Amino acid sequence: MSLLKITNLHAGYGQMSILKGVSMTLEEGEIGVIVGPNGAGKSTTLKAIFGMLNITEGSIEFDGEDITGIRSEELASHRIAFVPQENNVFHTLTVHENLEMGAYIRRDDFSRVMDHVYEIFPPLKEKRRQPAGELSGGQRQMVAFGRALMIEPKLILLDEPTAGLSPMFMSQIFDRVIAINKTGVTVAMVEQNAKQALAIAHKGFVLANGANSFTDTGRNLLENPEVAKSFLGG
Amino acid sequence: MNDLVFFINKGLLSGMIIGSIYAMGAIGVTMIFGILRFAHFAHGDMMTLGAFVTLIIAALLASAGVVLPFPIAFAAIIPAMAVTAVLAIGLDKVFYKPLRNAGARPVVLVMASVGVTLMLQGLIRLFAGVRARDMFIDQPKDIFQIPFPGATRAVILTEPQIVLIGFTVVAVLALHLFLTRSRLGKAMRAVSDNPELARITGINTNHVVWATWIIGGGLACAAGSLLSMDVTLKPDLSFNILLPIFAATIVGGIGQPYGAIAGGFLVGFCETLAVFNWSVLLRPIQDSLWFELPRNMALVPTEYKLMVPFLILIIVLIYRPTGIFRGRVL
Repeated sequence: MSLLKITNLHAGYGQMSILKGVSMTLEEGEIGVIVGPNGAGKSTTLKAIFGMLNITEGSIEFDGEDITGIRSEELASHRIAFVPQENNVFHTLTVHENLEMGAYIRRDDFSRVMDHVYEIFPPLKEKRRQPAGELSGGQRQMVAFGRALMIEPKLILLDEPTAGLSPMFMSQIFDRVIAINKTGVTVAMVEQNAKQALAIAHKGFVLANGANSFTDTGRNLLENPEVAKSFLGG
Repeated sequence: MNDLVFFINKGLLSGMIIGSIYAMGAIGVTMIFGILRFAHFAHGDMMTLGAFVTLIIAALLASAGVVLPFPIAFAAIIPAMAVTAVLAIGLDKVFYKPLRNAGARPVVLVMASVGVTLMLQGLIRLFAGVRARDMFIDQPKDIFQIPFPGATRAVILTEPQIVLIGFTVVAVLALHLFLTRSRLGKAMRAVSDNPELARITGINTNHVVWATWIIGGGLACAAGSLLSMDVTLKPDLSFNILLPIFAATIVGGIGQPYGAIAGGFLVGFCETLAVFNWSVLLRPIQDSLWFELPRNMALVPTEYKLMVPFLILIIVLIYRPTGIFRGRVL
């Protein structure tokens, strides 16, 4: 059984439809990367999963359960975490409080997870008493990841995690994504830096005009001359 | 020395008293703005409503034969805060929540709150009439004269004023602890900071909204009750106080509870110091002044007191629209 199964999804904002038939399956423990030109509906696909969009057709199944059109506040309890591209930390809250808020739905003792997050992102431990808004872009991204990890998600959705970061941070972020995935978390990620992202992907989905144009393993997509020509820039 | 005592009474103490009232009102307005994103114009009438609830509970207690060593109205404030908080949640459920769920723009909610203002004012007049009432139904308030060294005049404080100042200190401390220590308090700050991310994180927005109305309604009730104990309870109590409260909210930085406290005291002190007769303080040094002291040298005549918060509001909006504590820009 697939962990995430999106079938022929049609969705949009209000009356305007942006997704016109997106399909996607991810098995547990995989990294899925969604790439494609601007306006292809990559981020929109993530937002549709996260109940931030009007779904007109198609279905989304998670772990055998139909979660089509679910409200965004309910997803955390399904252990799906989302890291938006922008404004993904609570700027006025301290780093520590950001992580605490990540665990808001948990009523059990989450100190072990918190220690784990501080272990993966050592700079956060140092700055735990600082407001997240005062951190650098790369560190804010760490806070956003850490916040998402607090529910020990089965699936983590990342919307362009490297956007606006310097190349040095970029490879760091990809390393972190691999590390998170190694702990058993399934990752669905939208990326602009298609080549690097597909290189770490088990599965890749190339979207164009709101629908799948290529679906294959990350490696195969990188080697596919058609994909390279139409989209990866040779 | 007598002049100094006069200054303490008329300037400092009254500034502190009215500042406390403004601060407690402004905390509610600023939190409602931070969480629900609209200016709640019915907040003043929530204060009047709260004061009436206190009066009703006090009357009920008195008729039940309860006798206390202090005026019964003080004891009535605590249950009245709870009742007003519930009423505030009720108002939200009936009037604001349907609009929010329909995705109404903030300005629609503002208009709805103006409607609620008119409705509350009408209802209060309908049931309570227009006359002024005394909150002290069983015994008069105590007035304390605290002798001041070297002066024949005494520093004067009344019972409700002491309760008010004490209550404000406790409320501010409790609010601070709630916002920085408790899970729900932190969630309120998170929603105020970034509502969309809060939703994604799984924070229950309903709980946060309830907490906002409980705090806003409870503090409005306490402020309204203590203000009407200091003067008298009138149905139009809120009218003169709404503008200073909004000025305090904006001066402090919209959405910033600590800013609201600072803004409340700032506006309160500005108001009382602007109408204070400064010639009283300057008279002892008349000889070294180059001009003849007029009999009344207030910056603003008392009748125009309401102009002061207006002026502060305009200056802040022009020169520092984010307020002292860097809140949102309207």
